[in-house]
Amino acid sequence: MNNTYYGKLIFELSRPGRVGYSLPANKFDEKYALALSEPLRRQSGTLLPEADELTVARHYTNMSNNNFGVDTGFYPLGSCTMKYNPKLNEELCQLPELNIHPQTPDYAAQGNLAIYHYTQQMLAEVAGMSECTLNPYAGAHGELTGLMVIRRYHEKRGDAARVKVLVPDSAHGTNPASAAVCGLQVVQVKSLEDGTVDVEDLKTKLGPDVAAMMMTNPNTLGIFERRIPEIAALVHECGGLMYYDGANLNPMLGVCRPGDMGFDVLHINLHKTFSTPHGGGGPGSGPVGVRAGLEDCLPNPRVVYDAESGDYSLLTDSEEALGSISAFLGNYGVIVRGLAYLLSLGKENIAMAGKLAVLNANYIKEQLKAYYKLPIEGLCKHEFVFDGLREEFGGDHHEDGHVSTLDVAKRLLDYGFHAPTIYFPLLFHEALMIEPTETESKDTLDEFIEVMKKIAVEARDEREMVLSAPHSTPVRRLDDVKAVKEPKFTYKAL
Amino acid sequence: MFKYYPHTEAEIKEMLDVIGVSSLDDLYGEVPEELKFKGQLNLPSAMSEHEVRATVKGLAGMNEMVHGCFAGYGSYDHYQPSVVPYITARSEFSTSYTPYQAEISQGTLQYIFEYQTMMADLTGMDISNASMYDGSTATAEAMLMCVANAKKRNRVLISGTFLPAVLNVVKTYAHYHGVDLVVVPEKDYVMDVEAARQLIEADDVAGLIVAQHNRYGYIEDFTGLADLCHAHKALLAINNHAADLAVVRTPGEWGADIACGDAQSLGIPVGFGGPYIGYLCVKSALVRKMPGRLVGATTDANGQRAFVLTMQAREQHIRREKATSNICTAQGYMCLFVACYLALMGEKGVREVNELSYAGAHFLQDALLETGHFEKVADHEFIGEFTLRLKSGKAADFIEYMLETGVLAGVAIADDLVTISVTKKYGKDYCEFYAESAKGFFEK
Repeated sequence: MNNTYYGKLIFELSRPGRVGYSLPANKFDEKYALALSEPLRRQSGTLLPEADELTVARHYTNMSNNNFGVDTGFYPLGSCTMKYNPKLNEELCQLPELNIHPQTPDYAAQGNLAIYHYTQQMLAEVAGMSECTLNPYAGAHGELTGLMVIRRYHEKRGDAARVKVLVPDSAHGTNPASAAVCGLQVVQVKSLEDGTVDVEDLKTKLGPDVAAMMMTNPNTLGIFERRIPEIAALVHECGGLMYYDGANLNPMLGVCRPGDMGFDVLHINLHKTFSTPHGGGGPGSGPVGVRAGLEDCLPNPRVVYDAESGDYSLLTDSEEALGSISAFLGNYGVIVRGLAYLLSLGKENIAMAGKLAVLNANYIKEQLKAYYKLPIEGLCKHEFVFDGLREEFGGDHHEDGHVSTLDVAKRLLDYGFHAPTIYFPLLFHEALMIEPTETESKDTLDEFIEVMKKIAVEARDEREMVLSAPHSTPVRRLDDVKAVKEPKFTYKAL
Repeated sequence: MFKYYPHTEAEIKEMLDVIGVSSLDDLYGEVPEELKFKGQLNLPSAMSEHEVRATVKGLAGMNEMVHGCFAGYGSYDHYQPSVVPYITARSEFSTSYTPYQAEISQGTLQYIFEYQTMMADLTGMDISNASMYDGSTATAEAMLMCVANAKKRNRVLISGTFLPAVLNVVKTYAHYHGVDLVVVPEKDYVMDVEAARQLIEADDVAGLIVAQHNRYGYIEDFTGLADLCHAHKALLAINNHAADLAVVRTPGEWGADIACGDAQSLGIPVGFGGPYIGYLCVKSALVRKMPGRLVGATTDANGQRAFVLTMQAREQHIRREKATSNICTAQGYMCLFVACYLALMGEKGVREVNELSYAGAHFLQDALLETGHFEKVADHEFIGEFTLRLKSGKAADFIEYMLETGVLAGVAIADDLVTISVTKKYGKDYCEFYAESAKGFFEK
């Protein structure tokens, strides 16, 4: 990353008369000249820039130099599983042979359909499920799809009374939001002091109106929910289904499968657990898996394999299905990357991913707990949460002028690290959530630990400097309030 | 150890000592024994880089490859300038996360800001978000916005001339969200405006969503539609094919409140259906009802102009079940495809692209009509996509026959209807080849 700010917009580089493309000559007869009748014709010009090819290439290259990615440095972002994105996967998803049109008839697209089917089978095996759809475009889209599977299941049983979803208070924000989009009411379940689900509170909320319970395990505090068999049994007894939010699947790979924990439906984030790049926030991919008996509820189109003929085909209008949630077969390019990752790991290496991620997380936690408040002692899984700096370093959280989690996060940027996830989960005032992933070396972790300790000491001894961080990034701390009060979303509005 | 894991045996031991456990398995001490997976998963054995490449290529080899693609119907085989894949492959962009830490994410934030500017400008709207997965889900979000905006109305109208792939997704969202979605019938291959009028005049409609161009390729005339909607307190949303926007009357010019659709046709490969990006643009009044990520301009502590994610109070990570949507994605990487493509093409380029598509499509239509084996279904205007009826034989068989010559000739949308798309990649010679080959199907 380059700490000199580039900051230009392409519109500012535009000069009338420049072009950055070359199109084939128009050899058609003049009678084929574009002519739309007046009511259908665009009335205004556009603001699109006029730029030559080098100007464009240099512009975006300079811009990229002000960006931090996994290839730049350590990204200890809790709940995001920022592992290394293998380059082989990038190469394979761009194979020209795979870049075919989504309306290609099944018989001409057997290769692409086989890749889809093969990948869904492997993911189902990893999750302990019967079948997966790879159509959902992202994690939250997977949650929505999974909840639709559950509603479709109840609908087919003629049970219309199940309108509630139980969600722990520590859950990712997308859980309640997805439930609301799916037309379900959210009922929050309390957490105990140790961060796990309060089973006694859960019992009071169970009943014939419960469609499902959404959980992630380990939970968002990185704590394994030991009572999961009991929770699953309780929810199943009352007729609800168990939904697994796969955001935290990484530490469980090959060690403990959601299907074996008692979950009926889950989504997986290929962009977390299966190493596909986050791309600045997207595209992701959120495959949804179901246990045996729920396969028919999966969305159209569904890739089916006929063992007798050896042919793959698309089921596009099954009445049993929940409907369709994507125009075609999801983010296919992301699926190919996921397959390449699974093939590279194989059955021999997959379990080590989770174990090393857990090792890394606990290693950081143990060495920093003398500097940062650790609200929940004991082993964590892939991630853990500090409740800000310990008072002797950061000051009293309730008083003005203390060093907050935001300040620590911003100071980390000066040292070349991305910040952890901050102010989530909402259970703690100064939450600082760290997830290192298995692809980070002990050297990197040691550097990070040293810097985190140094920031704690700075917070105590050079407070003003920490409060005004970052100092060495391309731009300084931004005025978020101004962005809301004087909203400017386009170059035209500047 | 494995190539993606940097740990040495000695380091693992050292780290376990710091933690105070004796083995990696002990890190899972609290997991009940009966939940643990015993043995090895039923997966293939680890493959070397070369073996993975050979395996994926082997599977890909099962496809029938074509040298020409005239299928559209939601995905378009446009020219992609070489700069686009080159720039988007930069890992500073691709391996980054959602730009929460603005100080080290100006690259992502800047190109999203450019993307927002370009899409708002092309659609003739005020504001664009940067978060929709594809055109179908963007249209579903537009429907949810209509309902959220109306508060007491729960009925949304959608044109029956939408692509079935889009319509099915919107129907699914409507079903589970409890929206009363009514499909306005088509008449002569465009939406029956009279039918829409009657429904809107019942004063219980939250919004009307229409398709431009429609599934047959036709450009529909929306004259008077916005006034009608607004007179009855309904919103108008137009799903406009992105590449057409440079030359057709824009959603903004029609008076729409929302513009939505798929931006695949602006520099993104067909890629078997994804990843693409959906666009969603609105008039300023609706910004707080808008789902997804928004980038805004502000200043830093030195007074320097810079960019930041903003208006996050609408979003799921703050509002949870009260959020405007469950969208968490910022479709950043795909915004970059679009921004980079439009930066290269400029106004002149996006126009020229339409000139070529228009000429090619009209030339090919004439050539096919001349064979005597096809007829028009209607006489509406179109740009690069059109529908013909086969006078004999089945459309699906025609597609199969043409594949033998290496051409994906279109999409069989009904027993006897084929929808054909011509992009800038296919010039006059190619269209002549297509028409000549087509004759073989009827005259064999």
